[in-house]
Amino acid sequence: MACQGLAKGETTNTLKAESESLKAKLEEERAKLHDVELHQVAEKIDALGQFVMKTRRTLKGHGNKVLCMDWCRDKRRIVSSSQDGKVIVWDAYTTNKEHAVTMPCTWVMACAYAPSGCAVACGGLDNKCSVYPLSLDKNENLAAKKKSVAMHTNYLSSCSFTNSDMQILTSSGDGTCALWDVESGQLLQSFHGHSADVLSLDLAPSETGNTFVSGGCDKKANVWDMRSGQNVQSFETHESDINNVKYYPSGDAFATGSDDATCRLYDLRADREVAIYSKDSIIFGASSVDFSLSGRLLFAGYNDYTINVWDVLKGTRVAILFGHENRVSTVRVSPDGTAFCSGSWDNTLRIWA
Amino acid sequence: MPVINVEELTDLDKAKMEVTQLKTEVKLERAKVSKCCEEISEYIQSGADEDPLVKGIPEEKNPFKEKGGCVIC
Repeated sequence: MACQGLAKGETTNTLKAESESLKAKLEEERAKLHDVELHQVAEKIDALGQFVMKTRRTLKGHGNKVLCMDWCRDKRRIVSSSQDGKVIVWDAYTTNKEHAVTMPCTWVMACAYAPSGCAVACGGLDNKCSVYPLSLDKNENLAAKKKSVAMHTNYLSSCSFTNSDMQILTSSGDGTCALWDVESGQLLQSFHGHSADVLSLDLAPSETGNTFVSGGCDKKANVWDMRSGQNVQSFETHESDINNVKYYPSGDAFATGSDDATCRLYDLRADREVAIYSKDSIIFGASSVDFSLSGRLLFAGYNDYTINVWDVLKGTRVAILFGHENRVSTVRVSPDGTAFCSGSWDNTLRIWA
Repeated sequence: MPVINVEELTDLDKAKMEVTQLKTEVKLERAKVSKCCEEISEYIQSGADEDPLVKGIPEEKNPFKEKGGCVIC
């Protein structure tokens, strides 16, 4: 794939010129259908009432920055990973730690719960994604059953099981995403198109089919077909690294959080950005985003230690949540939408409701 | 399928990949923004009543309600 034959006379310059003209054509095509902004369509909708959301649980136990977390489908368990090299499984209702694994590397940037609830996947500076089956026996050494699944040539930034425990999707600092078979560790598909580190990925809700979105340091968000490996759509409107991408609950759109201090909403059928969530007073990067169950609210964690809650339709901020004492690195709404969890560089996780 | 490291691609390789990709994207079928926004709006409104974080849930039904008495850290 890297070394395709060249037509006679093609040089980097002619290709760059062709690229520029295609980009202009793309913008022209997209602009033809840009007849309105989302917040204009939302004018007739009632504004949201006052929000009272507070910290209901604080999960303490990590020795260093919390980098990632994921909810179990049972709506009460959580897995989190940290710079300290530890991956912890918690019961969010009681705050008890149920399992702890020490990884052979520090900066475990990615972790994910398996759909069955019986395993977790994690990885980071080791350039791998490993799966640990969770044992009911508290005394069992989880590290002994570890299975190495993915191998990248740079750090693992994000991982996610697909609809079953059998396949994992990964993104990496090596600029690629990849789909792996968990049992054999075999690479099933690789996704090339980003020109810099890929920082985040999210799978489309299962009803929408086999696609996923990725975002990275090249400021691009790409939508991929999982079966063909093809990049089907690409969006480049952010002014800096995209730290996090998350599908909208219906699967027809996705949100991004970026170092340019904005979050944006992209509609897949309109093939363009349809909303931007920003304020002059917000100057720090957004590290993580997630939607409430219906998609009306967008929760975003920022490097200024706060979480901003946005009205997705009207584009306005409805609440700022204070509490963390350092950067918020990850924000995830629970599977039934009753609460959301945030993880921070202050070594803790908080459950808000 | 080889796993390639982006740093190993030459500028020419990257330029070729970009042009091929853009050609595919230009051909995409698109819908009007107004229609898409209406659909997003309708989707949200149909689900808003069931959204606990939007509507709020009574304390008794909230699995994360404050534990009474001592707070265990």
